[in-house]
Amino acid sequence: MSSVRLAWAAALVFAVALFPLPWYAGRSTAALFLLHDRPWLWPGLACLAAAAVTALVVPRSGRWLVALAGAALVLLLLQGIAIGLPTTTWPIAAALFGTGIGQPAFGLGAASAIVAATLLIALGFARARAFNADTTVALIAVAGGISLGLFVFLPLLRVLLDVFVEAGRFSVAVALDRLAAAEAWGLACLAGGVRCGVVWNTLLLATLTGVLSTLLGLALALLETRGGLARTGVFRALAVLPLITPPFVVSLSLIVLFGRTGIVTTILWELFDIPRTRWIYGLPGVLLAQVLSQTPIAFLLLSAGLRAIAPSLEEAAATMGARPARVFATVTLPLLRPALANAALLGFVESLGDFGNPLVLGGEFDVLATRIFFAIAGARHEPGRAAALAILLLGLTLGAFWLQERWVGRRQYTTIAGKGDAGIPAPLPVGLHRLVSALAWPWAAFTAIVYAIILFGAFVHDIGRFDLTFTWRHFIEGFAIERSDFGLHFRGAAWDSLFTTLEVAAISAPITAFVGILLAWLFARTSFRGKSTLEFVTLLTFAIPGTVVGVAYVTAFNVPPLEITGTGLILILCFVFRNMPVGVRGGLAALAQIDRSLDEASATMGADAATTLRRVVLPLLRPAIVAALAYAFVQAMTAVSAVIFLVSARHNMATVYIVGRVEAGEISLAIAYSSVLIVLMLVVILVIDRVVGAARLGRRTAAPLLRVGA
Amino acid sequence: MLTRRFVVAAAALVSAATAALPARAQGELVVYCTVQEEWCRPMMAAFERATGIRVSMTRRSSGETLTQIRAERANPRGDVWWGGTGDPHLQAAEEGLTEEYRSPNLALLHPWAVRQAEQSGFRTVGIYAGALGYSYNSRELERRRISAPRCWADLLRPEFRGEVQMADPNTSGTAYTMLATIVQLKGEEQAFEYLRALHRNINQYTRSGAAPARAVATGETLVGITFLHDAVTQKVAGAPVQIVAPCEGTGYEIGSMSIIKGARNLDNAKRFYDWALTAEAQAIGATARAYQIPSNREAPIPPEAPRFEDIKLIDYDFARWGSAAERTRLLQRWDREVRAAAR
Repeated sequence: MSSVRLAWAAALVFAVALFPLPWYAGRSTAALFLLHDRPWLWPGLACLAAAAVTALVVPRSGRWLVALAGAALVLLLLQGIAIGLPTTTWPIAAALFGTGIGQPAFGLGAASAIVAATLLIALGFARARAFNADTTVALIAVAGGISLGLFVFLPLLRVLLDVFVEAGRFSVAVALDRLAAAEAWGLACLAGGVRCGVVWNTLLLATLTGVLSTLLGLALALLETRGGLARTGVFRALAVLPLITPPFVVSLSLIVLFGRTGIVTTILWELFDIPRTRWIYGLPGVLLAQVLSQTPIAFLLLSAGLRAIAPSLEEAAATMGARPARVFATVTLPLLRPALANAALLGFVESLGDFGNPLVLGGEFDVLATRIFFAIAGARHEPGRAAALAILLLGLTLGAFWLQERWVGRRQYTTIAGKGDAGIPAPLPVGLHRLVSALAWPWAAFTAIVYAIILFGAFVHDIGRFDLTFTWRHFIEGFAIERSDFGLHFRGAAWDSLFTTLEVAAISAPITAFVGILLAWLFARTSFRGKSTLEFVTLLTFAIPGTVVGVAYVTAFNVPPLEITGTGLILILCFVFRNMPVGVRGGLAALAQIDRSLDEASATMGADAATTLRRVVLPLLRPAIVAALAYAFVQAMTAVSAVIFLVSARHNMATVYIVGRVEAGEISLAIAYSSVLIVLMLVVILVIDRVVGAARLGRRTAAPLLRVGA
Repeated sequence: MLTRRFVVAAAALVSAATAALPARAQGELVVYCTVQEEWCRPMMAAFERATGIRVSMTRRSSGETLTQIRAERANPRGDVWWGGTGDPHLQAAEEGLTEEYRSPNLALLHPWAVRQAEQSGFRTVGIYAGALGYSYNSRELERRRISAPRCWADLLRPEFRGEVQMADPNTSGTAYTMLATIVQLKGEEQAFEYLRALHRNINQYTRSGAAPARAVATGETLVGITFLHDAVTQKVAGAPVQIVAPCEGTGYEIGSMSIIKGARNLDNAKRFYDWALTAEAQAIGATARAYQIPSNREAPIPPEAPRFEDIKLIDYDFARWGSAAERTRLLQRWDREVRAAAR
């Protein structure tokens, strides 16, 4: 976007912020008619007006613009915080403007003013020749930075500071005490005691989940992309199933299969006299459930990574006489390192934050995520302890990111260059083909059984007790529709939450994917001061467990100026900022494989950053976009721990409803509702996959006669 | 363009979803409901029918609801908190999160419900009661030829080794009620001796209070310590479950209701409060498979509900054992002496 156009856009947004948009939420008066008796609005709006005029009149106004618009942003936010509802919250505001004044939360007008300030700051930076003097880059970075600050950094800071607070007083000793507690770090289990610290439990579980899900995902991805299978579509759909499952459901199905009175357990007991135990409750059960749900994510990432490897290097190795096994070990696998590291990292981090499976299957095996939840919502309310545990969890996650960074290192993984990349991928070595088949097929079969149980359970009275009489009861209870003279009535208990969930997921997923990929491009292709800070904050919400995010949001956004608790907006924001890091990481991994010379060629031919992004980078990022879209949509449909405090009477989410059902022991309706969600998500994922499409990077397809080594 | 097509699809979904939203009526009320969903819904529907006030209801567990009310303290969203075990309601009253209100219908209630109101300075009131106890899976017990347990002491028998399930008192109000009950029955030292012995027979401390009832129904465990009405729900659903009110005597919970301080629809909240104490409103529980004892003296008791007359109830001191200080002390002692012990 040109500098002049951006200036006009900012001025226009500022104008509508003054009139006709209502300044406050829930009122209809525009700012223009409020100014006469609200002097606290003057400084911010004056700065903003000055900035807008400067932008239009003075073309070389970089630093002044940043200072004026930045001041406007800060002043507007401060007055909103200082003068709240019903009265002033800061003493200084009362001293300046008198007591007894109050104002509601920001509405559309105030939001527009903040947007205008953001645009002007970005413009100022671009004119001051920061951000490569490119307005697009400046806009993405500034808008990203401001929204991350408002919706990630501030709420989290607010909650994590609780670690210092004991009975209303601030104390560093208390914080240190909490962080070093034996509950977290104890090693009693090694010395013959009962329980080990919850940090060790979490670490063990997450490591196992990360490694196992990456190995299985690799097997599935290899088989799908290079196994010479005729129908990979079916295979892909089956492999993706666990990804689209609401929490608890895999666990419920595992209990039906392997619980003490489970199907498999009973068969083993009756046929082979194997004693019935409760092995599923604890580490093995949680691990199984997590690997079941993580493998597909690893599969998607590794599959995208494998597809993005241009075959020319493998062909070169083969031409020079390397055998398939050697090509795989010395060319393919090393090129896959970023994707492998990403898959393992995601498995590890998702396991750290997983709340649903440990809740249902954990037994006495406690992990940090459940501890935090019960420290906040349990019989004892201990926000300080919860904050300490959350900091430990955050430390583990950041440690994982650091390790991944070390392992992937600064090497070159670029294989798709601008020099034409014809070729066909190398087939799998025979031994490896056998190995991945031996891993992938049983796993796929197991997944199929787990899902068969879920679907089957929806249509019988009570699968947990083997009451297998066929019934529509659960669906009628949840999804009944009545017809009357006034039209259709959605009478079923589940409709409200289903509609809200679909709405929130459909709005948040494209935003998440779009913003995530843009930021990935920003991080990978541009350099500016503060980039690493921005990158760090981006990853922060992902690292923080959902429960903490939920409490942070409800505390920070329940009062003016940003009062969005109880609305659908808070759910959307939560999902966007929580899931965006996955889009960023996916985009980064994909960008690492696309040569910069393509961007440079585009720039040399006179395209600006926006055009390069639109015409060169985004089309090459298709697999990453698909993954981000699918992930964001699915997460919005299945997340539970983050939203459990954010849902409200009018905006309830499907998962929270299902959790309530599970709590009440109404497992059949929970299973029926889950199966509806699974079918819905399956449809959506397939549509995304079809519409956005897979990458078409190679020009030739594998001809059958070229199957070397088969 | 790919994104454009997706946006069109998304917009279609959104419009389908918003088109289905019902129209809004004049008066409004926001209720946080903490009993099971299938009881919450008919309650709210009946209130809407009786008054024309539109109710928005959120169902969550008591702990989550208390967390929510605390977080919203500066700017409350809810009007009434209806249902759920009494301790969190008393805690909310202690923290000043709820509003004092003396309903004219207090006179219609059982004495235990009124006592709950008096103890909290009329910031909460009892709406139902349920006794603590345990249930066992009669089919599995028969198969193993184990004689039926009748008392708390029976749960220490060696044949129940690894076969008793209860919730973790740190996370579940049910289990905390059990802990406080045993302490009141036996005195603190003996109570902890009992709990340590019981610990050897426990296979798992679940997080949710109703989970052991479900585990008994499916045969995952032989015995589960729960509120009796949770076990009745399983029994009525056809599970081979027998319900025991222990012979030594047992404690109980008083399900409560509070008006949230700063409620935006205070008048409607009071109307709901009064209405929820009537016999007619309290009769709804029985039709929703909730087998607690209603607090209105005239409300019909569901025939399946465990009668208080048949149960030896202790004189449960809610004020003492519900206080934050005593609770923290008991739970810490339990953590140290029971939970951390070897089996």
